[in-house]
Amino acid sequence: MKPLELATETRVRVESELDIVTARMRGRALAIQLGLRPTSATLIATAISELARNILLYAQDGEIVLCPIERGAHKGLAVIARDDGPGIRDVTRAIEDGYSTSGRLGMGLPGVRRLMDEFHIQSRVGEGTTVTVKKWNE
Amino acid sequence: MGLTGLQKDSKRASDVPLRDIVAHLAENRAQLREEWVRRINDAQLLTAMTKDELFAEATSVYDSYVDALETRTLESLEAYAQNLSERIIPRGVETHEVVGIVLLLRDVLARSLFTKYHDNPALLDRALDAYEPAANSIAITVAVGFVRERERVIRQQQESIRELSTPVLQVRERLLIQPIIGVIDPHRARQLTEQLLRGIRDTRARVVVIDITGVAAMDANVANHLVLTVEAARLLGASVIVTGLSPEIAQTLVNIGVDLGKMRTVGDLQGGIEEAERLLGYKVVPVAEPQA
Amino acid sequence: MEVPILKQGPYLIAIIQSALTDADIVHLRDALVEKVGRHRSLGVIIDVTALDVMDSFATGTLRDMAHMVLLRGAETVIVGIQPDVAFAMVHMGLKMEGVATALDLEEGLAYLDQRTKAARHR
Repeated sequence: MKPLELATETRVRVESELDIVTARMRGRALAIQLGLRPTSATLIATAISELARNILLYAQDGEIVLCPIERGAHKGLAVIARDDGPGIRDVTRAIEDGYSTSGRLGMGLPGVRRLMDEFHIQSRVGEGTTVTVKKWNE
Repeated sequence: MGLTGLQKDSKRASDVPLRDIVAHLAENRAQLREEWVRRINDAQLLTAMTKDELFAEATSVYDSYVDALETRTLESLEAYAQNLSERIIPRGVETHEVVGIVLLLRDVLARSLFTKYHDNPALLDRALDAYEPAANSIAITVAVGFVRERERVIRQQQESIRELSTPVLQVRERLLIQPIIGVIDPHRARQLTEQLLRGIRDTRARVVVIDITGVAAMDANVANHLVLTVEAARLLGASVIVTGLSPEIAQTLVNIGVDLGKMRTVGDLQGGIEEAERLLGYKVVPVAEPQA
Repeated sequence: MEVPILKQGPYLIAIIQSALTDADIVHLRDALVEKVGRHRSLGVIIDVTALDVMDSFATGTLRDMAHMVLLRGAETVIVGIQPDVAFAMVHMGLKMEGVATALDLEEGLAYLDQRTKAARHR
């Protein structure tokens, strides 16, 4: 999963709760700057919030990378959430509705998937998890 | 963007022909331009323009064309093509007309080269080697620029038609109606929801009637979206009443397992408005009949 | 950032003024649930107009809080959810079940007045 363009890529380290707020604020700002609709910017910020919290919850630390992307005349934003945590044993189940190992709502990943246009997850037990999501302008 | 093909060919054909060509085109500008305009008129292209406008535009295109040949860059031509497109698209100029005039100019200039070099076939050959790829690049640049601009205009128009076709109407204080007519694709569904939610906030509506009498069918995705819209409206403090469900849509909603406890539906728009008025505490009574 | 809680007659009003961390939201929940008992409040209003994101944690915590407040004898109404935020919430499947919502503070107060009046007449 390589983003097409890395011009104004932004990286946010996720180590504390405050970083969740920082990451989603940066995501919203970049989405608006790229000309995405305000509604899309809100969906992106919400997705980032979920992904950053997952990092904190399951891996303690990691990073959120925000990159502008292009496909023909369409512009978009890719959000990559990366950690070196314990990884997910059953990825298929983790993106099913109502599944959570943390005992909370268990809506994180399926919710994120519904918020965004594209969703991709890669995880290896003991090595970490990378979730890549994309949102395109209309 | 550079004139692709030109650099490669210039190894074979020395620089002399292109410089000669540019000089020749500049020297015969008035006559070639006139010939070109005559052929545009004969072909009945750009009929939306007056004679003076056509002449002025032809002059600009001619000069940009020669400039592109001379500088071997397409940037200024690209900019001009976009500017030209912006001006002529609103007047209904078609793609074939734009492509047509550029090809006519290419032909007029090519013929003048034949005339100039007719007694020296070797030189003519080199001249055409230099001229053809450059001329083709120019034609493509102008055509692509025009088509791109046209697509942009069409997209913009589609957007405004969509917005026009989904009004949110205030019928009474705190009561909105959103009549939906036609086909709902996912894009339009999203727009309908956004407009409704903004409408609720802006008019401080407490009840909304979404009338889908004019929608024959919807797929499961759109039906799900309708349910989400009802829920989102509730988060803003507004109740939604859906009216005019066709048998097909009722079936779709049952198939996706909609929670009927959360979605209030009434048979037709009139019934929906009456229900909304009841929710808002209105009581509508007929005025007393005047005594006969 | 701590959210100030105002006592207005029989109600408690919390107006969120900026983005909150998870800890801030948990703190708000605990403070409100505690104050409801101390002030013998009948209702709680939380104004979220300033929040541009309501994710699963914020929604879940506010919903838990409303249920806890109800167990301690008071009603909760969440006011000021922005259109785009509501849109994102329902897409996530976050619905605030069993929690009253209203457009703004004024509507929230009207709702609580109506509910508490009904309760007193019961």
